[in-house]
Amino acid sequence: MSKQINVALIGNPNTGKTSVFNALTGLNQKVGNYPGITVEKKEGICKLPRGVKAHIIDLPGTYSLNASSLDENVVIELLLNKNDKDFPDIAVVISDVENLKRNLLLFTQIKDLEIPTILVINMADRMNYKGISLDIDYLEEHLKTKIALISTRKNQGIENLKNLIANYKDISVTPCLNASEIDKDYFDNLRKAFPNQLLYKLWLVITQDVNFGKTERNEIDAVSNFKTKSKSDLKRLQQKETIKRYQFINDVLKIGQVIDVSQAKDLRTKLDRVLTHKVWGYFIFFIILLTIFQAIYDWSSVPMDFIDSAFASLSEWTKNQLPSGAFTSLLAEGIIPGLGGIVIFIPQIAFLFLFISVLEESGYMSRVVFLMDRVMRRFGLSGKSVVPLISGTACAIPAIMATRNIESWKERLITILVTPFTTCSARLPVYLIIIALVIPEGRIFGLGYQALTLMLLYLIGFGTAIISAYILNKILKIRSKTFFVIEMPNYKLPLFKNVALTVVEKTKSFVFGAGKIILAISIILWFLASYGPGEQFNDAENIVKTAYASENLTEEDLQQKIASHKLEHSFIGITGRAIEPAIRPLGYDWKIGIAIVSSFAAREVFVGTLATIYSVGSDEEETIKNRMAGEVNPILGGPLFTFASGISLLLFYAFAMQCMSTLAIVKRETNSWKWPTLQLVIMSGFAYIVALIAFQFLK
Amino acid sequence: MQDTIAHLKRGEKGIIVDVSSIHIPLKLLEMGCLPGNSVELVQLAPFQDPMYLNINGTHLAIRKETATHILIEKITHE
Ligand SMILES: Nc1nc2c(ncn2[C@@H]2O[C@H](COP(=O)(O)OP(=O)(O)OP(=O)(O)O)[C@@H](O)[C@H]2O)c(=O)[nH]1
Ligand SMILES: [Mg+2]
Repeated sequence: MSKQINVALIGNPNTGKTSVFNALTGLNQKVGNYPGITVEKKEGICKLPRGVKAHIIDLPGTYSLNASSLDENVVIELLLNKNDKDFPDIAVVISDVENLKRNLLLFTQIKDLEIPTILVINMADRMNYKGISLDIDYLEEHLKTKIALISTRKNQGIENLKNLIANYKDISVTPCLNASEIDKDYFDNLRKAFPNQLLYKLWLVITQDVNFGKTERNEIDAVSNFKTKSKSDLKRLQQKETIKRYQFINDVLKIGQVIDVSQAKDLRTKLDRVLTHKVWGYFIFFIILLTIFQAIYDWSSVPMDFIDSAFASLSEWTKNQLPSGAFTSLLAEGIIPGLGGIVIFIPQIAFLFLFISVLEESGYMSRVVFLMDRVMRRFGLSGKSVVPLISGTACAIPAIMATRNIESWKERLITILVTPFTTCSARLPVYLIIIALVIPEGRIFGLGYQALTLMLLYLIGFGTAIISAYILNKILKIRSKTFFVIEMPNYKLPLFKNVALTVVEKTKSFVFGAGKIILAISIILWFLASYGPGEQFNDAENIVKTAYASENLTEEDLQQKIASHKLEHSFIGITGRAIEPAIRPLGYDWKIGIAIVSSFAAREVFVGTLATIYSVGSDEEETIKNRMAGEVNPILGGPLFTFASGISLLLFYAFAMQCMSTLAIVKRETNSWKWPTLQLVIMSGFAYIVALIAFQFLK
Repeated sequence: MQDTIAHLKRGEKGIIVDVSSIHIPLKLLEMGCLPGNSVELVQLAPFQDPMYLNINGTHLAIRKETATHILIEKITHE
């Protein structure tokens, strides 16, 4: 039997851990040029030479073993808990050749844990560019380790790394410096009290709050009781420790690394002069946002129109080709229109992810954090909240996970609570179809009204998020230390492969994730819309014929009337009309009501639901948009989707909390039902009121 | 009065002399903000906050509030 070894990838943020992970395992985890892309443990398998199998664990980045935020804590917890099933047999420390000195701090700490440690120096392709040369033999000797100099971008050195991992037994486990020298008496006492424990591990446990195995924790509690070191003394000792480690590192690098500054090229300074400028910085940020909306709106309209009509003809074709019957109409009236309601949005979703991923890969995101920190702080947020708020435009779920690198719990909680206000990609379908129906097509300053409306909706989303943050900041009585440190990475040309992968993966999961739900819902809806109880439904033909006997209707009109009479008395019609009184004041009919209810499963379902309901109610081949435009308001007459009801619907979707997965993730990240419940009640209640006011004023 | 990082103007440099204040997070020291290292103010956001620094080759941004606790000696160009 081949045995499996645990390999943990550890390193500072943004050094390429995930890139190495992907290279070793062949998986496609997300990579980006922003410290804090990976926020939880990811696992994969790698086959090594001589039949050894390695279980590779990708971890969030951390600057040291003293955690100051939740993502960093993951690493420490793993390393301190020998009983964890993922406890590494080998630690692979990934460092970035440009920041070797800083990266080695963590390396020396891990060596002190006496785990076999390999040092990977990544981004070797940047050495020439920065005028760096290394004496690997010297470094290996003094750091007491094996070194793999690699470049995941150029795919160099990976085989060598695999070999080193396979031969991990040869790697020394002696620490490379003696950190306990900083306070001999203290550490001697500690060693005497716990002769069986690793000294450095004890020290880590004393100096920080780690979820530790219960028994061991108690032992340590005992030690901190009989040792009398005040908190500030401990902190001073930690400072001393850090300085000592850096002294050692400086000494090693003095000989092991040569940097020829005259060779170094510096793009960063030039770009930062503009991109982080007091005025130009904000201006450029605004232009970038504007471009994104224009792109989402204008560039994708061509493929969208094409997809829309293709699905309409497919549905028609199915109806004509297959023998008529329940199955055919399920297919033609339920499934195909339902799926069409999702596939149509692929172009926009892809554009959105394209832009977000380019922003992340280029290193621009940290600049936005820098520019926005001061503004965000006014509202009780952190500059780092900008990243969740921006990536929330794709989906609130990863966005809420991305808050894990915010140091202050209060700032983090507020960010989690307000992030669902940002316009996620699932709202986009609803917005787009309604904007197309009720906003005229004209242009002003070269920008379409429709694109501007869309941008306005995004701004409303951000605005509400920020204002709610301000209110929460005033209400919530949480004391937590706030500080803020963010690394500003080098600019990088986005790697086409990384960007393309993100776009494809995300779009795929949008289509399939939502697709599954939509498929299920459209089948249920079709069933509920095609069958009904009682005479009104089953005898619809006679009832309608008698009712209109005096009028001279054409055969076609008569069929139309029968179909809609049937729909109204089907199961779904009955349910819909039961909830209609609640939503009529907002300007909606029962069909929209059904769509709103079903979109609690996922917002994208809205359009698919309407598509299914409408196509059961009519015979003709029509695109979704034309069907919606043709709907008549049952009470007021005239089109159902007017300016007033359209705006009301847009606003409802802008504010309502309509996503079960988001609620679930908020529960997980805040560890309580209190916050998701509050979100659901407050956001949806607010949405109802705003939509009500809007419709009543505009109608 | 002793200078701090908050006293730097854009483009100015200094040498860090003391970081023992309790208000300086350990993380900052671990990122290389240690006595003897050089610090350059690369860029300021409006209201001089946050501050974008280059500390011995590491580029990072911190809030002004933290910067006022890091004592430095300015390097004046001849
Ligand atoms: N030039 C160059 N860039 C690289 C190399 N490896 C990774 N990168 C880039 O470095 C950035 C960070 O890569 P990631 O793999 O996300 O780094 P990480 O350590 O997982 O980052 P976090 O999860 O945020 O801690 C990305 O923009 C990569 O494209 C390399 O060998 N050369
Ligand atoms: Mg990562």
